[in-house]
Amino acid sequence: MTFGAVAAVLAAGWLVYTLNQSVFVTEVAVAKDQPVPFSHKHHVLDVGLDCRYCHTAVEQSGSAGIPPTKTCNNCHSVLFTDQAMFAPVNQSLKTDRSLDWIRVHDLPDYVYFNHSIHVQKGIGCTTCHGDVQNMPLTWKAQPLQMGWCLECHRQPEKFIRPRDEVFNPDWKPGPNHAAEGRRLVAEYGINVKQLENCSVCHR
Amino acid sequence: MEDQIKSGRARWLSAPTVLGCRPAAGWGQPALPVLLALAMLVTGCRQDMNDQPKMKPLRGTDFFADGRSARPLVPDTVARGHLRTNEHFYLGRIEGKLATNLPVAVTAPLLARGRERYDIFCAPCHDRTGGGNGMIVQRGFKQPNSFHNDRLRGEPAGYYYDVIANGFGMMSSYAAQVPPEDRWAIVAYIRALQLSQHATTNDVPATELEKLLQVKP
Repeated sequence: MTFGAVAAVLAAGWLVYTLNQSVFVTEVAVAKDQPVPFSHKHHVLDVGLDCRYCHTAVEQSGSAGIPPTKTCNNCHSVLFTDQAMFAPVNQSLKTDRSLDWIRVHDLPDYVYFNHSIHVQKGIGCTTCHGDVQNMPLTWKAQPLQMGWCLECHRQPEKFIRPRDEVFNPDWKPGPNHAAEGRRLVAEYGINVKQLENCSVCHR
Repeated sequence: MEDQIKSGRARWLSAPTVLGCRPAAGWGQPALPVLLALAMLVTGCRQDMNDQPKMKPLRGTDFFADGRSARPLVPDTVARGHLRTNEHFYLGRIEGKLATNLPVAVTAPLLARGRERYDIFCAPCHDRTGGGNGMIVQRGFKQPNSFHNDRLRGEPAGYYYDVIANGFGMMSSYAAQVPPEDRWAIVAYIRALQLSQHATTNDVPATELEKLLQVKP
């Protein structure tokens, strides 16, 4: 009986852990239905827009910002407007109601996250958001769980890149990235010890 | 657990709740595997702390009629210390007339900033050289004038500032995307682009010219 109970506890622990890492919980690579099937692939890879054309706040603010429908209208006052899938955008413009996008990267509310500090310290968009320029619909590339956050907060030198490459969707670490990463961490004044403090993310 | 169900708010329970916080006393041993099996089924589904009843940026709400938690400012609100009295800087005008010069010093960092912002916000239509053949134009948008034609080269600096802020023809206002200081940086960079397309080798310092001539096209 004792053996059975121990085995059951271990099995339960394993199952809980596995479930928690699984796509059912993390939703990694799961594209969600959106009011409009917006394609980052089209806008970034095909057209060549910079992330900041729409996510204007990402350098100064905690939230990167979802563009107002007015931003769509800069180009889509002319292009694509007669397509059925575009109807919600026209409707939003006409009625001044926001499009109800479904959040793909939804952190728990007890987590404090700030885009601007990551961008200023050389963490690129694709490090967390993945190969967005090849996403016809948007999905999570990373689990966004605490263990995943800590991976970088403990060893930012593995993920950091030069500031002027932060918005480059094609950036890849070079062959000497280990040394380069340590140099950038020092240059950008990143206090690695402090990054593990609870209150950095839970405030 | 009971009162939650009774109160009609049956919720998913997380493993910590079942495994860690409930007294195990009174449960017979054979019940343990059953309890664990239940715990596994409902793991990770509890959402109350994940989704707290508070507003975060861009979160919708049914409290306000427009569905937005972010509230628009009352029209004509000015934050203390933020009254825009500098007509040249904020409107691109001096006594109502388009200004011919920039209200900021033209420096290398300003031009670098202007180039970055131009490439983000202007190049999609105007293309990176200012010729007006950007990707959006290639996709069917009306072609804008080249920055290098005589009319646009003759326009004062304030004209470009005004167009960025208020739009022109098919072009929408970029006031929400490009703040005033960046508008001036872009104006400075457009001037640099214009110069670049109308320069001769005589305009290039001798040392730089040598480097230029070595570049194979």
